[in-house]
Amino acid sequence: MPKLTIQDLQRMREQAKQTMNLRSQNARAKVTVHMGTCGISSGAREVMAALLAEIEGSGTTDVMVTTAGCAGLCSREPMATVELLGEAPVKYVDLTPAKMRKLFHLHVLGKKVVVEYALAVGSETTA
Amino acid sequence: MAYRTHVMACTGTGCVASGSFEVSRALEQEIAKAGLSSEVQVVRTGCQGFCAEGPIVVVQPDGVFYCGVKVKDAPLIAQEHLLKGRPVKRLMYTPPKEKAPVPALRDIPFFAKQQLLVLRNRGLIDPERIEDYVAVGGYTALAKALTEMTPAQIIEEIKRSGLRGRGGGGFPAGVKWETCAHAAKERGEEPVVICNADEGDPGAFMDRSIIECDPHAVIEGMIIGARAVGCREGFIYIRHEYPIARERLEKALAQCREYGLLGRNILGTDMRFDIRIVQGAGAFVCGESTALMASLEGKVGEPRAKYIHTVEYGYKNRPSNLNNVETWANVPLIVNRGAKWFGSMGTGDVSENPWNGSSGTKVFSLVGKINNTGLVEVPMGLTLREIIFDIGGGIPKGRRFKAVQTGGPSGGCLPDSLLDMPVDFDELTKVGSMMGSGGMIVMDDANCMVDVARHFIKFLQEESCGKCVPCREGLRQMGNILNRICAGEGQEGDIQLLEELADTVVNISLCALGGSAPNPVLSTIKYFRPEYEAHIKDHKCPGGQCKNLVTFWIDPAKCNGCLRCKKDCPQDCIRGELKQPHSIDLVACIKCGSCEDVCNQDAVVVR
Repeated sequence: MPKLTIQDLQRMREQAKQTMNLRSQNARAKVTVHMGTCGISSGAREVMAALLAEIEGSGTTDVMVTTAGCAGLCSREPMATVELLGEAPVKYVDLTPAKMRKLFHLHVLGKKVVVEYALAVGSETTA
Repeated sequence: MAYRTHVMACTGTGCVASGSFEVSRALEQEIAKAGLSSEVQVVRTGCQGFCAEGPIVVVQPDGVFYCGVKVKDAPLIAQEHLLKGRPVKRLMYTPPKEKAPVPALRDIPFFAKQQLLVLRNRGLIDPERIEDYVAVGGYTALAKALTEMTPAQIIEEIKRSGLRGRGGGGFPAGVKWETCAHAAKERGEEPVVICNADEGDPGAFMDRSIIECDPHAVIEGMIIGARAVGCREGFIYIRHEYPIARERLEKALAQCREYGLLGRNILGTDMRFDIRIVQGAGAFVCGESTALMASLEGKVGEPRAKYIHTVEYGYKNRPSNLNNVETWANVPLIVNRGAKWFGSMGTGDVSENPWNGSSGTKVFSLVGKINNTGLVEVPMGLTLREIIFDIGGGIPKGRRFKAVQTGGPSGGCLPDSLLDMPVDFDELTKVGSMMGSGGMIVMDDANCMVDVARHFIKFLQEESCGKCVPCREGLRQMGNILNRICAGEGQEGDIQLLEELADTVVNISLCALGGSAPNPVLSTIKYFRPEYEAHIKDHKCPGGQCKNLVTFWIDPAKCNGCLRCKKDCPQDCIRGELKQPHSIDLVACIKCGSCEDVCNQDAVVVR
């Protein structure tokens, strides 16, 4: 490792920003991939992998990815929920890696709901 | 591919003792088994402070907080939470008063009320990776100090921040730095900077945790200090009982040398500086500055009279800028965010005179009879009640708070009437205690204050180096009197004799060990005098601790005749049949207390 200069410090910090944001819980958008047994068997892992690859490829630092259990609609898996800060969550159904890539660019980055893949807006009512 | 989840596993000494290294390895294996190795990373962090509930594991970015995690829980966390996104409720923290588990870190009162400056990176970075420290803004303060500030400006900034020595004395760090730089210039002698990591107070582990969770913060502070006083040589004096802390420091120093943050031409400038770790053998007195420097020089660790300060003539008679771990860790923050910001936290207005208040935060280790044993960082000026009851979660087993000892073995014991007192350097000194390095030992109504004083005097008597007479002999005599009182042989006039001896030891001992050693005796006499009198005049121990003054007795109304105490009694002196009230043969009883420990009906009475 060569000796650092002040510019190197700055560069190292920029590079690590994505990693560190993950630990600070200040995300602008949250994508939840539903990973119940039904989701996994119908390809949720591949959808997740595609999403992670897109996030890394785009250099985005403020999108948080989490997993959740079955959303209750097993026949429409793989499902994902996209929630932009301050907006209602949108549930997407019948996803594939290609659809996930598209909705990442259009919804997560472009802030436009992809109506043709979407199931519903909003959360379920809970007691 | 980028990781989507970080599993932050605490590897501070507390959690390591509860098996966290094994837990983190098991998590890695289970994550690999679930095929998640490329998505989920296990990060080993320093102490996260909640030692009572360790091993601690936090899953980010979900912010889910798991406690008491065992190796056998690893498959569950990996399969349920990490793979399927179903956080494991059973492992989440449940506060003593609530019924439902609390999943998120920021919702737990223990964490919610703290303000982290020194411990800002705890649980957030891997202390063994310099890249992690740089990623959260590490070494930017050094860059600023090297390129945008003159040494005099650095000293001025530290002075105006009001930062006072966190090792216990509370001497303004900026004033010390200025004196050091001045002495060096005047005599043309090169100074040294030293970090005091010889944390010797029983029940105190602030400095160990700071080093374990963020070693680079301490190192960065020291490099800035070296720049301010103009020196090339630094030491970290650390006790050998801190193996994990030392190892992390060694790794951090090696990384700094590799990256050019230590050595010649630091960050491409003309600054040259390096740090060496020196191990102490664990003598309490070596935390005292002159004894520490004698030990650094390879001599016997004994203090000397301080009419000449070490800041002028210290290590090898060179001007020596010695600060404690926590003080050094504050330095990068002050340089980065400014004296005004730092001074705005805490008590008093320190912008003109650092003696006017206590700025910033203080790290405390909460131990003893308290629910949330652990490490907390709070702004100066919070009250004892807020620290002990809000953050600490109060006293376990429904018992009553009796006293808190602040400042380690030579601090004072403060009663409940002082619970609403703000905690800062000057307030604590006013009531006969001290800040010390930040240990807080909480005691409940089952503690005997005379016995507590006796215990600490015994510790200090053993740790006294023996160089000066008042400390060596005075503490021994005080110990003898306290032994006598606890044995029920106290005499009329013993309290006055203790006060007289204490006065002598305080006033003519050579160093601060003797100067503060009588504090536990003086403060317990001041606030708990009736307990001393009960021992001496009535031959009674209100706390039920002094064996010669108590008897064990089984309350027949409460005893359900379970035979537990009878089975455990080493003297076979408990009589009774199944489902019949038991009784103790007082002649044979050795008052070991095992019956009280095993009784689940609270039927054993000590009086």
